[in-house]
Amino acid sequence: MTPFKPVLLEAVGVPDGHTIASYKSRGGYAPLEATLAGKQPADVIEMVKASGLRGRGGAGFPTGLKWTFLPKDHPGPIYLCINADESEPGTFNNRILMEDDPHQVIEGIILSSFATRASTAYLYLRYEYPRSWHRLQDAIDEAYAAGYLGKNIRGTSFSLDIYLHRGAAAYICGEETGLIESLEGKRAWPRIKPPFPAIEGLFRKPTVVNNIETMACVSQIARRGVDWFKSIGVPADPANPRDPGSYGPKLYCLSGHVEKPGCYEAPLGITARELIDRFGGGVWKGRKAKAVIPGGISMGLMTESELDTPLDFAGPGKVGCLGLGTAAVVVIDDQTSIVDFLHNSARFFAHESCGQCTPCREGTSWSLRILERIKAGKGRLKDLDILLEIGNTMGMMPGSTICGLADGAAWPMKNAIKKFHSEFEDYIKRTNPSGWMVTDPVPALQIAGAH
Amino acid sequence: MIAPGRTYLTDEMVAKIEALAPRYPNRRALTLPALHIVNAELRHVPLGAVVEIAAILGLAPAEVQDTLTFYQFFHQEKPHGKVRAFVCRSVSCALRGGDHLLEHLCKTNGVEPYGTTANGELTIEPAECLGACDFAPCILANDDLLKNMTPETAEAELNKPRARAT
Ligand SMILES: Cc1cc2nc3c(=O)[nH]c(=O)nc-3n(C[C@H](O)[C@H](O)[C@H](O)COP(=O)(O)O)c2cc1C
Ligand code: SF4
Ligand code: FES
Repeated sequence: MTPFKPVLLEAVGVPDGHTIASYKSRGGYAPLEATLAGKQPADVIEMVKASGLRGRGGAGFPTGLKWTFLPKDHPGPIYLCINADESEPGTFNNRILMEDDPHQVIEGIILSSFATRASTAYLYLRYEYPRSWHRLQDAIDEAYAAGYLGKNIRGTSFSLDIYLHRGAAAYICGEETGLIESLEGKRAWPRIKPPFPAIEGLFRKPTVVNNIETMACVSQIARRGVDWFKSIGVPADPANPRDPGSYGPKLYCLSGHVEKPGCYEAPLGITARELIDRFGGGVWKGRKAKAVIPGGISMGLMTESELDTPLDFAGPGKVGCLGLGTAAVVVIDDQTSIVDFLHNSARFFAHESCGQCTPCREGTSWSLRILERIKAGKGRLKDLDILLEIGNTMGMMPGSTICGLADGAAWPMKNAIKKFHSEFEDYIKRTNPSGWMVTDPVPALQIAGAH
Repeated sequence: MIAPGRTYLTDEMVAKIEALAPRYPNRRALTLPALHIVNAELRHVPLGAVVEIAAILGLAPAEVQDTLTFYQFFHQEKPHGKVRAFVCRSVSCALRGGDHLLEHLCKTNGVEPYGTTANGELTIEPAECLGACDFAPCILANDDLLKNMTPETAEAELNKPRARAT
């Protein structure tokens, strides 16, 4: 096998790698020119379907298949929304792509718009990325000047505008229908599906929402071919007809207690242990890992003994995690309290719940209040049962909420309490020797900063 | 220049908002861009400005206010400091001292989280993941990402004058 060479991160460290001249010198925009000169939208959809590309935004939905859900022969407009809200704790791969190789992203957007017959693409960018904003705007200006954007691109009937739209620091704007509502100028309250965005999305028109890294993959597939993409990663499991496989390179964000945090490109299916050892320089300070988040905080936790799990779309689910998520791998060392970790996670979700669904709004803030009390030395063993009950009853999986944020809040809770039960028990008994066995209701503590 | 009949929105702000109008099929989609344009100048969006934005966009003031209050990003009562520091407290930063950093900065500057120093120079706000976990713990101060902060380096950085957020 040929050694793996990063392509998504090809421009990192290249002087002026973010400019159009540099991008073209690496072979960029030639695939777009060839596509516009001789291919039909259906050919591009076919290519992306054949590549097996699955969305990199968290859910892993097959990209080509998503595009085919758009109505046929729609009079338009059809919209493409590019999801650059990237707010899942631990995740920063979109930022690196936008800052270091914006044209790779833009070429993917143009190809995807051509394929889906979108004539307007909105790139929804989180507010906290001012550098990405400037880099993208400069790159978009360059692409207009080079004739890759605007009216009748390269003399064809295909026209496209890309507009940047900035968010305002709310995690829920990353959920695709929350993003759509936010773009429309409203509170980012996710919509009940169906209808799915492909049928009724932005401004009530057919809409595709795709992630930044997904767009970069489209560029690379167009440049290097379907066979190249399929030669990387983990093939579909023949024993499981519902497994579409995990093909292609992936950007893994490694952070937390490692010596060398960073964004590393590897074939889908690398294990957390390999990432930590080969790229991350090991767990910091020569310590051991106690737990590792496989793909952003919503995915839950793997224990040290689960670190050889392949980080492909199917892997983390086999050890009770929610999925691969954003492939943001966060390492927690053996001197960190899992109680502190779970409190941090609960605080995030209580802060970010949009408040529409009662199980999510109340469940996230109730679990935070319980964890505040446990940390204050007033925990009871019964609280662990209550936390598990909250975790088991909120989310799309049990069917009690509109969007997946609640599942993301539930998973770290369920994983932490199940996989580290004795640590919670010891903590509660040690810090509350006279009250840990109480089962009567106890008053909540006053907490600061939650809303 | 403040446009006639307006107290908060200048001609320049209105022109900036109108320049974006062709991008969207309706004017309600201009709500967030308009809030950002006003906020970048005034460092808050007072209720009076909300009413003026609504008038320009042909919306009820309550519609704009509804959107504004959802995001919590836009201060309404009084301007945030000339430097607005978002201190990350999410998991990767917390594992490397983010909470401690936030507490230290609030204490040394004599403010509560989300508060502004008496001289109006600095606002300190807890933030969720800034998407820069490779540089944890980190702070976004206006447009500048401050990487791998310690309480000491952060204190020094936040006392420097800094270009305003764009
Ligand atoms: C609470 C929540 C937050 C999300 N945040 C993001 C995000 O920041 N970026 C993203 O691309 N997808 C995010 N998603 C997934 C999107 O809903 C959607 O599946 C994705 O953007 C589709 O793009 P893809 O098919 O290219 O992966 C989020 C989902 C949920 C439930
Ligand atoms: S699950 Fe939570 S975040 Fe999602 S729509 Fe319901 S309340 Fe909002
Ligand atoms: S957790 Fe702080 S930047 Fe991601």
